[in-house]
Amino acid sequence: MTFRHKHLLGIEHLAPGDITEILDLAEQYVDLNRRPHKHSDTLAGLTQINMFFENSTRTQASFELAGKRLGADVMNMAMQASSIKKGETLIDTAMTLNAMHPDLLVVRHPHSGAVDLLAQKVNCAVLNAGDGRHEHPTQALLDALTIRRSKGRLHRLSIAICGDVAHSRVARSNLMLLGKMENRVRLIGPPTLVPAQFAEFGVEVFDDMREGLEGVDVVMMLRLQRERMDGGFIPSEREYYHRYGLDAEKLALAKPDAIVMHPGPMNRGVEIDGEIADDINRSVIQEQVEMGVAVRMAAMELLARNLRAAQPESVEV
Amino acid sequence: MTTLFTNARLIDPETGHDAPGCLLVDDAGRIAAREGTIPAPEGATLVDCGGHCLAPGIVDLGVKVCEPGERHKESYRSAGLAAAAGGITTMITRPDTTPAIDSPETLEFVTRRANEAAPVHVLPMAALTKGREGREMTEIGFLMDAGAVAFTDCDRVVTDTRVLSRALTYAAALGALVLSHPQEPGLSRGAAATSGKFATLRGLPAVSPMAERMGLDRDIALIEMTSAAYHADQITTARALPALERAKANGFDVTAGTSIHHLTLNEMDVSDYRTFFKVKPPLRAEDDRTAVVEAVRTGLIDVISSMHTPQDEESKRLPFEEAAAGAVALETLLPAALRLYHAGHLTLVELFRAMSLNPARRLGLEAGRLAPGAPADLVLFDPDAPFILDRWTLLSKSKNTPFDGQRMQGKVIATYVSGAPVYQRS
Repeated sequence: MTFRHKHLLGIEHLAPGDITEILDLAEQYVDLNRRPHKHSDTLAGLTQINMFFENSTRTQASFELAGKRLGADVMNMAMQASSIKKGETLIDTAMTLNAMHPDLLVVRHPHSGAVDLLAQKVNCAVLNAGDGRHEHPTQALLDALTIRRSKGRLHRLSIAICGDVAHSRVARSNLMLLGKMENRVRLIGPPTLVPAQFAEFGVEVFDDMREGLEGVDVVMMLRLQRERMDGGFIPSEREYYHRYGLDAEKLALAKPDAIVMHPGPMNRGVEIDGEIADDINRSVIQEQVEMGVAVRMAAMELLARNLRAAQPESVEV
Repeated sequence: MTTLFTNARLIDPETGHDAPGCLLVDDAGRIAAREGTIPAPEGATLVDCGGHCLAPGIVDLGVKVCEPGERHKESYRSAGLAAAAGGITTMITRPDTTPAIDSPETLEFVTRRANEAAPVHVLPMAALTKGREGREMTEIGFLMDAGAVAFTDCDRVVTDTRVLSRALTYAAALGALVLSHPQEPGLSRGAAATSGKFATLRGLPAVSPMAERMGLDRDIALIEMTSAAYHADQITTARALPALERAKANGFDVTAGTSIHHLTLNEMDVSDYRTFFKVKPPLRAEDDRTAVVEAVRTGLIDVISSMHTPQDEESKRLPFEEAAAGAVALETLLPAALRLYHAGHLTLVELFRAMSLNPARRLGLEAGRLAPGAPADLVLFDPDAPFILDRWTLLSKSKNTPFDGQRMQGKVIATYVSGAPVYQRS
């Protein structure tokens, strides 16, 4: 056992061994989740609080299910509706919750770095469920598990990440994880959404989608946020779809067995053609959702192990 | 009371003098003589400087004292004591208070408070536009009569070019100095970092360093139109320097400053979202930092300021994007500046030219020199004394310094204002 982290704040701090350990453990939970009896007692007695300062249906449901299947007591707090509106600061909210002795805190926040800040102030293990445009580590891990299961490996693959990379925490976590596991990453999008400076991260940047998709093993699409239109990043949805929407013609340039991924929720007809999203031979979008629960179970189990090992004294990692 | 400083290493930026010697201060608080040796006049107080540096006190252009409005962050008393402990003998204060210092009445209140409470000279600046809102110019004439030494909207850019051009034209007629924050506000809106690899990695909204040059270019065009006296508060990027150089070569009345933080820190110091390193404009890349240090050395950038900006713990204990910008620096300006001296980038004469002589000259003050007749505003310091900064020992009410826990070198031994000690290290 090598995973020694107290929190899961981002992919940045994980070693390749940590990533493999999470994925290996997650495989076991994939099996468990497919059985009629889906329950384990790994987290029995522990309290998990999901604090979402930003709307989320899927990620929150996935974390909730993961905690419940492991036997934790799970509570959801919709933070955008509560104390923040009353002017309480993030730290105060964290201290209040901390006083209730949670063991696992799952946090999503609209500002980059907010989850790191919160983790400094509480005693429990913190999982980043997405902070601003910084990181979304469990998404990258579930993507990695999906790729590993489809392709049989998680190294020496050519992977294209397409769309609004600049504002995407999913893209950041993914390009870090895929880089650590020694894959070739390409970023595809208009230069307003994929600034050239990403090339400094050792990835290739393309503004021509056809060129970028040439011969890739994996096509990872990103969601186009509607508010990007107002920001003047792209001229219109239809021009975006024409140039950067994934359709059969563009996908034909990738390897014949290339898989198509999307973190959801999809805008059909904006970044992805509906038929491709539904094509069971190419699209692994539903499998990504399934892997999400398993990966989150694995991550929480590893953090809980370290939490228990550290008691009664807490140890900083 | 006459005072004779002996056994000092005298630093005079006006003449470029850096040598052992003695300094005689007369009973009017002015420098009477500067020689290699001076026999002690009868009844004079003798100060043996122990070979340490004696330099003109720092004239700090752009200090925020939070009166009126937020006295819990910094008062004239606390700022004055901090300045004295930092070797600063004149604070040029900013008008970005709540409310803004934009009327003669507010300015008089501030001046009265400052004179009662601060042991160092305090000279106030006033807002250039009412409420710093960029719509109507303030009563520049009345404010000058009330003691305003310069006019600035601080970190708010006057976006309406017509408003700014009229304010500059009016200020030029009165001979008023205008300070501006060169920045293209459309590009910098919402930014918390400088665009580049680091900001991308941290997922922070970022501004291109080019925004500073665009702001400066516009301002310089307006100076060409209006012939106003202009000082850019902070030049922090390499790309802005050629524009500044051209403006000076063309003979415009233009000077520029930079902050101690942009001279000694870079964007990587933000590390894991450390909000004490959030300043405005944001910290830059290392290439920009070294270019700005070099510009101070050549004299292209005239002034080094603390840009002292007190913030309470609450406004910094927030996610980086939401956290307030600014850092306290009255007490860390000198030791941080001495990092550049110890690293061999700037001499003491060059440092004090930028910290004392040039800001004094720009404001028409006699200070900043060790010449007979100049006011005896002095700082005595040991440039080598090492220490580790503990922010809780600062005299500022706010403790938001990026240098907390860092190794520093250089301690103030004593500070004199008009020949009288206002700070002595215990």
